Amino acid sequence: MSTPEKKNMKVALFVTCLVDLNRPSVGFAAVKLLEAAGCTIMVPEVQTCCGQIAYNSGDKESAKIIASQVIRAFEGFDYVVAPSGSCAGMIRYHYKELFDGDDTMMVAVEELSARTYELTSFLHDVCGYAPRDVELETSLTYHDSCSSLREMKVRDQPRALLGGVKGLELREAEDREACCGFGGTFCLKYSEISEKMVDTKIDNLIASGAKTLAAGDLGCLMNIAGRLKRRGADMKVLHVAEILAGMGDKPGLGEGGN
Amino acid sequence: MQVTSRHFKKGAHEALHDENIQSAFSRVKSGFPLARARAAEGLPEFEGLRDEARDLKNHILENLDYYLEYFEDQVLLQGGRVHWCSSYTEARDVVLEICKEANAKTVTKGKSMITEEMALNDHLEKNGIEPIETDLGEYIIQLAHEYPSHIIAPALHKTKEQVTELFHENHGKYGLTERITDPQALVNEARQVLRDKYVAADVGITGANFLIAETGSTVIVTNEGNGDLTQSLPKTHIAVSSIEKVVPTLEDASLFLRLLARSATGQEMSVYTTFSTGPRRMEDIDGPANFHVVLVDSGRSDLLGTDKQDLLRCLKCGACMNHCPVYQAVGGHTYGWVYPGPIGAALNPHMVGLEEARDLPNASTFCGRCEEVCPVRIPLPKIMRHWREQAFETQVTPKPERWGIGIWAFFAKRPKLYRLMTRISARALKGMAGKKGVIRKLPLLTGWSSVRDFPAPEGRTFMEQWKKQSQEGK
Repeated sequence: MSTPEKKNMKVALFVTCLVDLNRPSVGFAAVKLLEAAGCTIMVPEVQTCCGQIAYNSGDKESAKIIASQVIRAFEGFDYVVAPSGSCAGMIRYHYKELFDGDDTMMVAVEELSARTYELTSFLHDVCGYAPRDVELETSLTYHDSCSSLREMKVRDQPRALLGGVKGLELREAEDREACCGFGGTFCLKYSEISEKMVDTKIDNLIASGAKTLAAGDLGCLMNIAGRLKRRGADMKVLHVAEILAGMGDKPGLGEGGN
Repeated sequence: MQVTSRHFKKGAHEALHDENIQSAFSRVKSGFPLARARAAEGLPEFEGLRDEARDLKNHILENLDYYLEYFEDQVLLQGGRVHWCSSYTEARDVVLEICKEANAKTVTKGKSMITEEMALNDHLEKNGIEPIETDLGEYIIQLAHEYPSHIIAPALHKTKEQVTELFHENHGKYGLTERITDPQALVNEARQVLRDKYVAADVGITGANFLIAETGSTVIVTNEGNGDLTQSLPKTHIAVSSIEKVVPTLEDASLFLRLLARSATGQEMSVYTTFSTGPRRMEDIDGPANFHVVLVDSGRSDLLGTDKQDLLRCLKCGACMNHCPVYQAVGGHTYGWVYPGPIGAALNPHMVGLEEARDLPNASTFCGRCEEVCPVRIPLPKIMRHWREQAFETQVTPKPERWGIGIWAFFAKRPKLYRLMTRISARALKGMAGKKGVIRKLPLLTGWSSVRDFPAPEGRTFMEQWKKQSQEGK
């Protein structure tokens, strides 16, 4: 793969609850990529979730307790990297709101915020990483997750990285900045509205003519893949990290055979 | 008006199965956002202007009492009158009183959201005064006895065919008996009917996009010119405005004007931007003999100094709803009160009560597009989240939802227990899926599986695999 640009960065992986439970291969892909980019990877054991589910449901107290766990567990690393714009955005931006007015916590919160990154932007912007000798013969369309795009300002980085994968043809979909309708518990509570949103998204993805869909957030991917399967549509769904780490030939989400 | 926000889910279900609504609101997506994007790109300083506008609005809100009194002084100097109203009831009564003084039989109305809030038309009708909406969209929904589904395109939900029927039913009394279908002919017919109304009206009522403190002027923007005829032909002009519309100077109004139409329709300017300053003077060729400004608070000052004060920056451009995927899916009426879309989701719980409007701030994915396009950068998702917090704290959040979050949080706060739970779940879910790779029906998460399959986990969690690898020295 690539030559490391910077050496010996101590990076803590924030696995994210969905990757941990549902698709560990994304976590291993992230580790592989970060190591190839010259980082030393640690995975703090005291991590469960970033607390966003509680935070967005209005349960601020639970969110604070979970956030405190994260803040303590991820002390002392050069960087914290998550294979998700949503979780990284929670840590980088929303912990500050959560502990607003709490001066004793704020130092640690701001310090953590400053060194927390979404995976592709970290690889591209901080490590100067570019994939080498990675091949995947397919046409691919990239879904921008809302938090990656609007919160973490991640748009060009994953595309630049994917541009280094041999055999990959990028086909942009219409209205690619539109939400897929996941929204955490939104898709459970307002499933009909979510259905409409994901269908609109899927129509655009299919119209792009791409055979494969990638994104940087597993929540969106599970939502889209789940709906694709329900509709009986044929599109392979992978996390961008899997493709970049040369794991693009493994079965996509919802395909079994793992 | 009847508030129906508590039926949001039912309304959403109906709207999602209504072909007219679906075709009308899916059009929003392709029209307004593209026009706005082009307009924003065409003005290099657009983003900087948004910052300025946000900051200036904040300054105004910090000094609202000062600017309102300054405005009042100037209106009085120009020979107009200002009426301070703390509630809708008060404001309705003030307007009615002015109309009675003018012996009004009919009043023409320019488009105004605050009079929608006040349900002014109903009040006038009950008291024997006929209000006539002159904005074409408002006119259409007035004939249909409905309320706006979009704040700048009120009849967005109406099809051309429905308009044909409405005009046919209502214009017969003017001798217009032909059933017309051509859009331009429909516009012409409405214009023909409305012309006579303008001349006959005793009072003209408009809203205000801005109140200018230094000159005592009220400002309206329209694309049809109906506002001009409404406020300059009748003997009496009443401008009804909510209190946060005041701006210090003409220069300041121009800052907001540069953002307003670009954000709303993608126009550089609306077709008509009209300034009204006092009643007609001796040397004026036209204008009303009486000029009244009705200032309405109705809950707005309660937002000052709270975590929701930013809502008062709103210019009522509609950009947030134009870009909202939820609004595009369910349409405007589903929100159940005057303001639909993200601004409604953030504002309505304050105006109609959180218990009534609880669904509104919850029915958002927090995709952030609304905040991204808001000309005055209102943090709409953040305010919606504040409502969720308030609902959770005050137990407005339904019990099953609270329990769900509670159970999940119980584990998330206890990493070791969480590890165990996820290990069991990963295996169980994989087992449920079998070889298919997906689960068709999830017992506790029917919201998920009613719409989608659940992509099955790989079977072992990342954390357990990582631990094993570490112990084995990879």
